[in-house]
Amino acid sequence: MEQIVISGLIFGCVYGLAALGLVLIFRTTGLVNFAHGEMAMVTTFVAFTFLSTFELPFFVSFLLAILFAALFGVLIYLVLIRHVGDASHLNQLVLTLGIFLAVHGGAGLIWGHTPTSFPRALDGSSIQLGPIFISPNELFVLVVTFILAMALFALFRFTQVGLSMRASSQDLTAARLMGINVNFVFMVTWASGSVLGGIAGLLTAPFTFLGVSMMFNVLIMAFAAAVLAGFLSLPGAVIGGLIIGIFGNLVSYYWAPEMALVCTFVLIIVVLYIRPQGIFSAPEAIKKV
Amino acid sequence: MKDRIMNRRTLVVIFAAFLLAYPFLVGQSSYFMSLIAMTAIYAIAAMSLNLLTGYGGQISVGQGGFLMLGTYTAAVLSAKLDMPIWITIPAAGVVAGLVSLVIGLPAVRLKGHFLAVATLGFGLSIPEIALNWKSVTAGYSGLPMMRPEAVSSDLAFFYVILVVTMVITWILLNIANSRLGRAFLAIRDSEIAAAATGINVAGYKTIMFMIAAFFTGIGGGLYAYWIEYVSPNDFTIMTSFFLLAMIVVGGLASIWGAIVGAILFTIIPHFADSYVGVTNLIIGVAVILIILFRPSGLISIGELFGRNLKTKELESAPVKPDQKQSSEVTDAKF
Repeated sequence: MEQIVISGLIFGCVYGLAALGLVLIFRTTGLVNFAHGEMAMVTTFVAFTFLSTFELPFFVSFLLAILFAALFGVLIYLVLIRHVGDASHLNQLVLTLGIFLAVHGGAGLIWGHTPTSFPRALDGSSIQLGPIFISPNELFVLVVTFILAMALFALFRFTQVGLSMRASSQDLTAARLMGINVNFVFMVTWASGSVLGGIAGLLTAPFTFLGVSMMFNVLIMAFAAAVLAGFLSLPGAVIGGLIIGIFGNLVSYYWAPEMALVCTFVLIIVVLYIRPQGIFSAPEAIKKV
Repeated sequence: MKDRIMNRRTLVVIFAAFLLAYPFLVGQSSYFMSLIAMTAIYAIAAMSLNLLTGYGGQISVGQGGFLMLGTYTAAVLSAKLDMPIWITIPAAGVVAGLVSLVIGLPAVRLKGHFLAVATLGFGLSIPEIALNWKSVTAGYSGLPMMRPEAVSSDLAFFYVILVVTMVITWILLNIANSRLGRAFLAIRDSEIAAAATGINVAGYKTIMFMIAAFFTGIGGGLYAYWIEYVSPNDFTIMTSFFLLAMIVVGGLASIWGAIVGAILFTIIPHFADSYVGVTNLIIGVAVILIILFRPSGLISIGELFGRNLKTKELESAPVKPDQKQSSEVTDAKF
């Protein structure tokens, strides 16, 4: 039981990180990014190329891939998303769906459709902590998630860019009038969102496999986590991810792995029926929609 | 104005005549007939989705789930209970409609992205349930189907699909032009204003979901009989994405736009399927280009030639969505 909760917690961290990227982009730019998972998949493949083709050490590849993720996010924003800033929600959503399909198809052409394995960050045998076993790699996931969540909190709380991001998410026009360069803020948002997704991808790959469809399940669960959190709260996204991870793992252990998805969405429907604005958002928060 | 309507009517008649003659133009090749039959089935689903999303403004990312509900309802009733086609096809629609009521109850309270994710979950869950409810759906192995005696040939059933699609198109065009369609547009433009004018927003949203699910379910039922075999892989979440892309590429709030989208998205894989994944790439790029450069959809290109296909459809509508959207385009450009 404890073991299942712990491994659910590890998956939950990955979902939470991906959800964090989704929520970050949504609350600043008002756009739900369906291409989040596919952008993360590309980042993971780039890391793998650095690892296997250029034979760089793991952590160098990791950092280079993160740099790539940031540039990729900025590129997607500048080339595509910027032009639909004022379009309807549906058009924005379908544009990200289009990016999803194009990136998915393009990545398949470049890297092929055969899944391969991805090396772990840390090797070594499991450590026993009381009744549970935890591998160094799983510990790495927990630590990375914690550090990123703290870094994001610090970014929002203590930096000028973080302040601008908070201002832009509250009122775009007022932010512009206060002299905030909204375009730059959005670029930073897309870069950080893409980095968060990319790290989620890099953490997922060793547990599952490296392939063009690897992030699909993570994306779905990240959506679930983000909805549970109300799509606006950053700490909520991480907590939502952890809840979804543990809940899904319990369902797949005690019932069937395939039913985890179904039960997760039943959970979400029930939560949304009781609180249509999500667990962690105040009712006023949906006024923008 | 009369010229335009005449023009449109002529176009529709020519199009219908072409479809009726089609099997003989391609020498009754079952591959080419299947191409049009699948287009018709996707057109039914896309038109229904357009009523929900284009007219009503309710985003559904899980419409493929209703197609699958329709196929399995028809397959289970026919294979296990031996019911005739004139019961199974309507039953496919009714079951999809009833399930949409369950989904619609919370969905009526949700908006925008919350609704998108809730329906996404539905679209993902239905294939999983079909896979795991082995006593009814036979899991991976799927269910075989038999067409009824009278329409057992491909040619005969091709005409069944064609006729049903045309009837559904006619019904949906009329719904879009009726009191219901105008209420849907009002809800899309502003729920508060709609409620203030005496429109029962929750009631109409539920009706919207049920109509869309009902016709999509019928489309699913037709699919089961056309392929004569159903499996959990028939309609994945990708189907739902494609359906949404169809209506946006074809044209939102336009029944004809949905048909254009369905035709386009069935023909692209026909040319691109030789490489795995190229279909996704091409469709993705097409969607991106349309959203960036032609946000009112391909149907709006007709306006460039002064042949406004949408004119009659939207004459009585309170707000013309193509105008509203084109103003959004100019906004986005600046």
